[in-house]
Amino acid sequence: MSAAVSQTQPRDLKAMRVTKETGAGVLRRKTGLRRSAQVKHGMAIKVSLWSRILVWVVFIVAFFYFVVPALWLFVAATKNAGELYTTGGFEFAHFRLWENIRNLFTYRGGIFARWILNSVIYSGFGSVITALVSAMCGYALYVYEFRGKKIIMGALMASLLIPATVIAQPVYLLLIQLGLGNTMAGVLLPSFVYPFGVMLCYITAQSSVPKEIIEAARIDGAGEFRTFFRISMPMMMTGLATVFLFAFMQSWNSYMMPLMVLDDPNLYPVTVGLVDWRNQSSSVAALGTLTITGAFVSIIPLILIFLATQK
Amino acid sequence: MTATTRLANPESPSGSVSSVKSFNTAKPIQGAPERKPRYRSTPAPYLFVAPFVLLFVVFMLAPMVVAIYQSFFTVKRSGLGFTGGRQTLFAGISNYLTAFHDHEFMTSFLRVLMFGVIQVPIMIGLSLVFALLIDSTLVKFKKTAQIIVFLPYSVPVVVAAIMWGFLYQPGVSPIVKGLKSIGVTVSFLSPQTVLWSVGNVTTWCWVGVNMVIIFAGLQSIPQDIYEAARIDGAGEFRIAWSIKIPMVMPSLMLTVLFSIIGTIQLFNEPSVLQSITGNVTAKYTPAMAVVNVTSQQNNQNLGAAMAVITALITLVLSLIVSAIQQAAAKKEARS
Repeated sequence: MSAAVSQTQPRDLKAMRVTKETGAGVLRRKTGLRRSAQVKHGMAIKVSLWSRILVWVVFIVAFFYFVVPALWLFVAATKNAGELYTTGGFEFAHFRLWENIRNLFTYRGGIFARWILNSVIYSGFGSVITALVSAMCGYALYVYEFRGKKIIMGALMASLLIPATVIAQPVYLLLIQLGLGNTMAGVLLPSFVYPFGVMLCYITAQSSVPKEIIEAARIDGAGEFRTFFRISMPMMMTGLATVFLFAFMQSWNSYMMPLMVLDDPNLYPVTVGLVDWRNQSSSVAALGTLTITGAFVSIIPLILIFLATQK
Repeated sequence: MTATTRLANPESPSGSVSSVKSFNTAKPIQGAPERKPRYRSTPAPYLFVAPFVLLFVVFMLAPMVVAIYQSFFTVKRSGLGFTGGRQTLFAGISNYLTAFHDHEFMTSFLRVLMFGVIQVPIMIGLSLVFALLIDSTLVKFKKTAQIIVFLPYSVPVVVAAIMWGFLYQPGVSPIVKGLKSIGVTVSFLSPQTVLWSVGNVTTWCWVGVNMVIIFAGLQSIPQDIYEAARIDGAGEFRIAWSIKIPMVMPSLMLTVLFSIIGTIQLFNEPSVLQSITGNVTAKYTPAMAVVNVTSQQNNQNLGAAMAVITALITLVLSLIVSAIQQAAAKKEARS
């Protein structure tokens, strides 16, 4: 590597010397790195062939560990219950993916579609409300001085330490007493309480809404709420989107709360529904295939969104 | 309730201009006379915080109070079965004594402790290695490498547990089948191995997230430090060991804290694996014990006591970790 001659234009003499010695220019040209040290300062250290090979091996192993199981899910989703056991894990039998998907969406009157819809309601609608509730509170904590502000701030900090699973059982007890057991509201309402989101909105308001603007809006005669919804909230949008995303992922992943609160399969989110099928699959073989297909179908949109946001 | 709001300081003759000034100074300057706030009567701040505060009180504060209250009571069923009356009696600490004498519940703490001691270092270690590699000059394909490690984040933990469940299940699993064909018999679901199979699902799900947190820490280190180190003749490995790891310590401790809290809460992965093996018992982890006692055994009072115990242990552990963190930060600051 050290003999490689750079064809790029080094920014200064020092960089040229180092580049010629180490081949950093080649490295830079191939990778197009912007942030790494050798571009910024024209410095790089020798990279031996062995460490290069080692890095490749590490990431090939990482690919097998992190990605291949998800690929297996795809292969398994193309098989029926019998083929799942008789054929090799990564070997295609008859390609039954469409057949499996059709079965998935017709089983028990299309209950899987219902679960997807429920998950979208719990996570999508729920997280919009969560973001709004958090934004209003975080904004007020930043803009106003009022009695009880310190108590709210203290309670927020303290509640960040309370793990969700620990609070789930007490919330469940209360929901039962309020008559909210086995209802959508019982899953949704507790999810609106998101102290981390309030903190994030408070920080966002601090950094993105200048108090001069709020004052200007007041002089122009806008009421406090109008100022918030028309002027401040649009300025906080980046932070709100972050809160929405975090809340969405948390609630999309949520399993314990809906499992405790819900009895009616029609109200299940996808997670609870799939585990329910999985539990029955030991007695009903067809449910094994449906579970695999359902798991595969449910993660496809997430993986696509994930890959899209990486660019 | 008197809804009063401080919007401007009293010394100013007219509100608008100086109130802008008062906004900019969050705290009065030291030595300056204490300013008395002028309150303008407006309910706005209370209306803004009302939804959150109300929800917080009902779904965070009240449940804790209810749980602590319920943990000191017990329901006596007199008469036969469902026809008998229910009587709620004060039970003192008897629920707590029952919980402490519940061998399975106590074992579950030891189990997650053992899990935490082994799984957390492995997971954080892997996250650190990947973050350092991607941050170093060794890796050219940074974006692809990040996507590979972070991809499992888009798979919900429950779905990941279902997926790995199939990959552990003899008959279906390509891993078990593959190893069998070369004469190696493995069981991922035996009483000895199943805990580590659970740990593998957790690792698979969370290495990426932890890597991103550590990587963000690495990115904020000023690059000039590396240049100085290179002039001094330090190699990539030396830079990682002597500069990057110490400087990324706060992020690293944060991931450790989150992981420890996550370990005590362990619920999703083991309860999904219950569907394929009897070796994950009903009270395998503290959280599973709480749910089992509350929902299946229908003993909400004992469940509440167990939840309180779990919460307290979590709190103590979090405090210990953050104390260590602060001690380390102080030591860092002194040296």
